[in-house]
Amino acid sequence: MGKLDNIMETIKMIEKEKLDIRTITMGISLLDCCDFNGKRAREKIYDKITKYGENLVKVGEDIEVKYGIPIINKRISVTPISLVAAASNYDNYIGFAKTLDEAAKTLGVNFIGGFSALVQKGYSKADKILIDSIPEALSETERVCSSVNVGDTKSGINMDAVRHMGSIIKETAYLTRDRDSIGCAKLVVFANAVEDNPFMAGAFHGIGEGECVINVGVSGPGVVKAALEKVRGESIDVVCETIKKTAFKITRAGQLVAMEASKMLNVPWGILDLSLAPTPAVGDSVARILEEIGIEGCGGHGTTAALALLNDAVKKGGIMASSHVGGLSGAFIPVSEDEGMINAVKSGALNLEKLEAMTCVCSVGLDMIAIPGDTPETTISAIIADEAAIGVINKKTTAVRLIPVYGKDLGDEAVFGGLLGRAPIMAVNKLSSADFIMRGGRIPAPVHSFKN
Amino acid sequence: MKAVITVIGKDKIGIIAEIALVLAKSRANILDISQTILQDYFTMIMIVDLEKINISFMELTDDLNRAGERIGMSIKVQHEEIFNGMHKI
Repeated sequence: MGKLDNIMETIKMIEKEKLDIRTITMGISLLDCCDFNGKRAREKIYDKITKYGENLVKVGEDIEVKYGIPIINKRISVTPISLVAAASNYDNYIGFAKTLDEAAKTLGVNFIGGFSALVQKGYSKADKILIDSIPEALSETERVCSSVNVGDTKSGINMDAVRHMGSIIKETAYLTRDRDSIGCAKLVVFANAVEDNPFMAGAFHGIGEGECVINVGVSGPGVVKAALEKVRGESIDVVCETIKKTAFKITRAGQLVAMEASKMLNVPWGILDLSLAPTPAVGDSVARILEEIGIEGCGGHGTTAALALLNDAVKKGGIMASSHVGGLSGAFIPVSEDEGMINAVKSGALNLEKLEAMTCVCSVGLDMIAIPGDTPETTISAIIADEAAIGVINKKTTAVRLIPVYGKDLGDEAVFGGLLGRAPIMAVNKLSSADFIMRGGRIPAPVHSFKN
Repeated sequence: MKAVITVIGKDKIGIIAEIALVLAKSRANILDISQTILQDYFTMIMIVDLEKINISFMELTDDLNRAGERIGMSIKVQHEEIFNGMHKI
């Protein structure tokens, strides 16, 4: 009978609790596509991506049928384009973004990540060209995602890049103003970026990675929530155990899909990212898990502690279940993509300051947050600096994906559609941070002792 | 390879017959059947051996889905590995 119960449990998770594999992401190295002739480099990039990724979507669909589990996204990540384009004679890299977009369309993948630059310590000439190309690249392409790493624990924070990104985000918002500044939803500013993250918009294929690799991201907030509904009123120990066991099962499903995809595509498997990634659908929310743990509304006191235990228990269960865990692995808190978060913001329970505190204990950071369109670029830079400081000091990945929605203000809502969801505009502190940001320079790498 | 077929819906005459016919035609061997009524819903779980099937897994899934539509039941076919993976250490 035990076996039948297990079968029914899995089916219930998939049918009712929205268990799915969030993404199979193929990472492709483009280092051998460098060419002085920019046009030639773009041809090589297109040919390589479309050759390596040829069967990705088909294999994803076959695995979906074989195991009866939905695989929501099939995606591509590539070597940061600033490294690949550096050898070229181009003075802007918008053409490279268009090539990535075309390759993604040919393969039928919904996002391609890696229009990226790593500038935690300084800019190369190509890094500067790439970052300056971001606003136009994101407004003229549909599927390209961009990320910039502005700090890490070993290098400190590049405050020139932080300042630069404030203006790039504003410009991107302006250029995509007809679609609620959606360009900014495809742009992530990282500290301690990881090289094997399969989740967009921050995925890129790091330079320490192999030629081609398969990374898989699992999800399943609904499954965790449903499991916790059965232990209402029990102690926190039981809550942690329940989350761990559930994370184990979710991760095992992901591991199976990862191994199978790797075998069928004949590409080595890299890592499994065991993140709880919400979607705007009801029953697929991380905020609702926190409420199930006992907080009246996401954002109330206790939210940070509840999120910390959730994040930790997910990792503990998942690490046991998979031989290679990597990427961002933890709980995501993207506001526009989480029905519970959206509600919490609307009811006034959740604000930017509380979200910042939450990012200290969960994976990633201030994610998919819509702010007033007239927010000064130095304020956006200062928010990035705060978030990067949390990451750099605490040796964790943090990221900022803010959308200053052009022409919208408090009380309005930005609507992005699909998995990107919709976001009520959130208030930012009105005090000026301009003098701080305009200083430029670098925040030195932190000391790793005397932790108090 | 072994697969798990789950059939869920309102109880009626001829469910097993309809599904067994599809399986016999494609030379799938039924190893085990168990059924129960869960919250008014008829739930049947079949373990089948697909070693000798004469069509692809995808085609068998399509055939069973069509049979499901004929008798108004939801039918799911899944490789058994997903259940083993999720529930065994």
